[in-house]
Parts: sequence; C-alpha cells; structure tokens
Amino acid sequence: MDLGFDVVEFETTDHVADGEQAPEFTRPLVGDEYWEDVPLADLLDESPVVLVFHPMDGSFPATYVWNEIREREWHESATVVGISISTPYAHKRLIESEGLEDYRLFSDPSNEIAREYGVTHDLDGMAGIEEPRPAVFVLDGEGIVEDAWVAEEWPEFPDYDEIEDAIASL
Amino acid sequence: MSDADPSITLYRLQACPFCERVARVLDDLNLEYQSRFVEPLHSKRNAVKRLTGARTVPAIVDESTGVTMSESAQIVDYLERTYGESGSDASGSARSGGAA
Repeated sequence: MDLGFDVVEFETTDHVADGEQAPEFTRPLVGDEYWEDVPLADLLDESPVVLVFHPMDGSFPATYVWNEIREREWHESATVVGISISTPYAHKRLIESEGLEDYRLFSDPSNEIAREYGVTHDLDGMAGIEEPRPAVFVLDGEGIVEDAWVAEEWPEFPDYDEIEDAIASL
Repeated sequence: MSDADPSITLYRLQACPFCERVARVLDDLNLEYQSRFVEPLHSKRNAVKRLTGARTVPAIVDESTGVTMSESAQIVDYLERTYGESGSDASGSARSGGAA
C-alpha cells in the first residue's frame, strides 16, 4: 500500500526464531465460556499450535487479524491462540463481537510473555503501557518454532500465506 | 502434562464471596484445584448450567469421586466430609495440624 510516506519502523529485536524452543509459560486462557490458567505445554497435545501476539483488544489491528484468521478457518488445521495485554473480560467481549468461538486468547497484562519472546512494543503516547508487537509463532508438537513472523513496521499485518504454509508443513 | 491436572475444578466468579469461601476451604484442606472463571452475567454461564443444571457459582466438579455440585454451604460440607480430618474417604490429603 502506498501512503506517500514511510511507515514507522520498529527497532530490530532479538526474538525467538525458527528452530528454537518456544519459551514455556502459563497464563489465563480465555474461551467463549470461561477462563483458566493453562500452560502452553498443554496445547502442544493438539499441535500445530499458532501463537498470535497482537495489539490490545479493541484496536483495529486486533480486529483485522482475528477476522482474517476466522475467515481463513485456521482452527481447522491448528490450535490457534491469541495473546495480548487485555484482561480476560476484554477477551470475552472480543470473542463475542468477532465470533471467535473456535479460538482462545491468553491474557498477559504484564506483557512478560512478549518480553520472553523478544516482541515488545513500548507504546508511544500511552504512558506506562507496553504490549506485544504483532508476531506469530507456529509451533510443532514439541514446542519448536517452525515459523516465526514478527512485525518490522507499525502497523504491519502477518504474512498469512507463509504462516499457512508452515501450518500445512506440520 | 495433563497428568498433573488436579481432579477438582472450581467454577467461580471473581470477587464472589461464596466462591472465595470455597477456595479458602480447598486451600485449608491442601487440595489442588483448577479455577475456571465465568462472567458476572448469569445468562452467559452455560458451561455451569450444563454441569449442575443451574447457573449459580460456586460449583465444583470432583473427578476423583464423580461429584458435581453447587451451593457453597453444600460444597464446604462435602469437602470437609470427604477430605477433612473426620472424612472417611481421605484420598491422601491430610489436613495440616488443625491450627486454629
């Protein structure tokens, strides 16, 4: 898309990369009916797992990304979970408003998980708020990263086709 | 992984005093449990309704005994009977000391 100017670039980051072990964590995982603490490792039983870091619920990139994933029906071929700094209550509203009953979202207001994965974004103009930069990690049944996509510009949207290829390869 | 999942699941609402009471008793009895949080709005608690026939919380599911129930007083009574000092069906969950 040609905006007639350069989109803001993120500083380069040393993120979790292809072939590496995805850092383990436990956070509340929110579904359409309830939320409970779930370790990432529990999801690997239903691999591949797609971990989608996205801006806070209510932002337009969060809405766009989830609409695209829903339309592409990624839940048919993978366990797809989101993660943002939004609370479980906000996640429930997003699931309802965007029809995401086939998906679940981790809640991480501390943004610690994004830090572990090397995908933080210190938001300009929102003092004290840090969130993940858009990033998608495709994991195999052992939690090894098959494909890592991390935004280099703000905003930038995932390379959905590349991610689909990675899912299909597992 | 899931082998370590506790056999007791507590359906609860954040800050609901009846739910906190049950959680306190579970802690006092040194029982492992998994918390599942539902929404304040009753109409959105179908997961609970499917289990107990009602949308009220707290509700517990105890897979080791096959018990599902709601109502905090009833749950507390069940837990103390089953896992407390006087419980007949103590499944390895000794109450610690009985300190006041």
